[in-house]
Amino acid sequence: MKKMKLSVLLAMFALVIGVLAACGGNAGGEETEGNTSGNSNSGGGEASETSIVVAGSSAMQPLVAAAAEQYKADNADADIQVQAGGSGAGLSQVQEGSIDIGNSDVFAEEKEGIDAGTLVDHQVAVVGMTAAINPKAGVDDLTKQQLIDIFTGKVTNWSEVGGEDQEITLVNRPDSSGTRDTFVKYALDGETPAEGITEDSSNTVKQIVADTDGAIGYLALSYFDDDTIVKAKIDGVEATNETIGSGDFPIWAYQHSYTNGEPEGLAKEFLDYMLSDEVQTTIVPEQGYVPMTDMKVERDAEGNITEK
Amino acid sequence: MAKASVSPSAEERLILTKKNRRWDEVRGRSLVTICAVIMIAATIAVTVFLAQKGLQSFTVNNINPIAYLTSANWNPTGGENASFGIFPFIFGSLAVTFLSALIAAPLGIGAAIFMSEIAPKFGKKVLQPVIELLVGIPSVVYGFIGLVVLVPLLRDHFPGIGFSLFAGVIVLTVMILPTVTTIATDAMRSLPNSLRQGSLALGATRWQTIRKVLIPAALPSLLTAIVLGMARAFGEALAVQMVIGNTRDIPGSIFDTAGTLTTIVTLNIGHTTYGSIENNTLWSMGLILLIISFVFIFIVRYLSGRRKI
Repeated sequence: MKKMKLSVLLAMFALVIGVLAACGGNAGGEETEGNTSGNSNSGGGEASETSIVVAGSSAMQPLVAAAAEQYKADNADADIQVQAGGSGAGLSQVQEGSIDIGNSDVFAEEKEGIDAGTLVDHQVAVVGMTAAINPKAGVDDLTKQQLIDIFTGKVTNWSEVGGEDQEITLVNRPDSSGTRDTFVKYALDGETPAEGITEDSSNTVKQIVADTDGAIGYLALSYFDDDTIVKAKIDGVEATNETIGSGDFPIWAYQHSYTNGEPEGLAKEFLDYMLSDEVQTTIVPEQGYVPMTDMKVERDAEGNITEK
Repeated sequence: MAKASVSPSAEERLILTKKNRRWDEVRGRSLVTICAVIMIAATIAVTVFLAQKGLQSFTVNNINPIAYLTSANWNPTGGENASFGIFPFIFGSLAVTFLSALIAAPLGIGAAIFMSEIAPKFGKKVLQPVIELLVGIPSVVYGFIGLVVLVPLLRDHFPGIGFSLFAGVIVLTVMILPTVTTIATDAMRSLPNSLRQGSLALGATRWQTIRKVLIPAALPSLLTAIVLGMARAFGEALAVQMVIGNTRDIPGSIFDTAGTLTTIVTLNIGHTTYGSIENNTLWSMGLILLIISFVFIFIVRYLSGRRKI
């Protein structure tokens, strides 16, 4: 009799565990700390909310983390957790409500499976990027057409574009990466890059380009901080905050912080802080991004550029 | 335990301990049963969840499973022309797994024989700790060493650009060597001494004993060691990702770049949104990884079931 009871109890226990595991999984993978914010959200009076979770684009993580540190130094009771995980994960999680702010390198409209209607876009900075070339290739200026020819595999030797006699090695980012999306859209006019080495981290891309003769990849401007790689000019235009702000240099993207509905409480305060002069004139340029205040042009999700 | 303050009689003590023992028995039994049930539940939950998620690309997105497994064309972001063929990654995964096992097996079994038969003292004191130390190194460290040391070395001395199937194989070989060696050593050590004595008594030399008696006797366990090493190689993502190049073509030679199931999943999963086709196809790759590791486990069960000694 006792045995029976015990086994029934254990069976029920197993069932509960199973259901819990399935639920946790359905909510979507990596929500280790997402839970806390979810609770505070649903429980939430806006004034009492002192803890938010920000996740998404790994390219934006250093910028947002630096701003969060600064904000926490000024507001002792604010708790802002900044996690990476990728733009897709950021958008998915903010839509589900498991995080408060989702960072993305691309417009939510461009990501499949996201209902952009419910998300509110806050553009906190602009990131410029350009081709990174191994110094031994002997090239530092490419026309857009040459860039397309190189990345689609039509040109396979640097001598064909005025450099040394050296094979070209392409270094790509993964298929859905925001950096790759931006580069393909604005540098390659939507042409699909040919096969090459694919690496996920920009640091690894930089290291490979620096070490491999004839390599070319693409990186955000903040990575061009030494002369191990060449920062390519496109059509003779150097990538700087000024040329990007004026719209002369084409390869750039907004750094989006998305909220599910209009932000409230700490999320709103933090986003306002991100856009304040304090952050825009110090942390943003220090981290290698272009401040929103420098942008004389605007771009919408379809890529149409208008004067501000 | 026993609450009686004055020394109880023998009869009393027996009754008291008997009670305690029964309670202890139930408590201990429930504790370990709960542990076992949690583990089983976790495994089932993971399998069910992965199956449900992984089958979505076929049930919701209507991708043809045959084409998914056999097509060599992977272009998930092609919009209208998107195609989902993961054969190159299955090929890459199997290639690095088998090639690294091919190198690690003789090395590991050789080391095991050395440790158990040739120099047991030296083996136990020096070689075994050294090899076990390799397990503790995080895979990102293997990957980074591969990236900054191995890749430039291969680039200078072999055809290709350094990032290659070969680089992945070398890194994996080092990573699975401890697994193979440790299990093989245990297998050799657990052989009864009567085997060695019998063989020597018949006039066989040490080498003949090892080759004709000990290795055949330990063979099922040695194969288990290799298969477990292969299972580890198959599931490794991070270190391989850093050195293999992660391309979507089937490699033409061992010095070509390649991609594996694990590296493609880890590279892409964070950039995709839940529920999108690309995300679903990545989950399907996870399901395939799970199925293949089940196969590895079944092989191990089968092999250890055949063990005779």
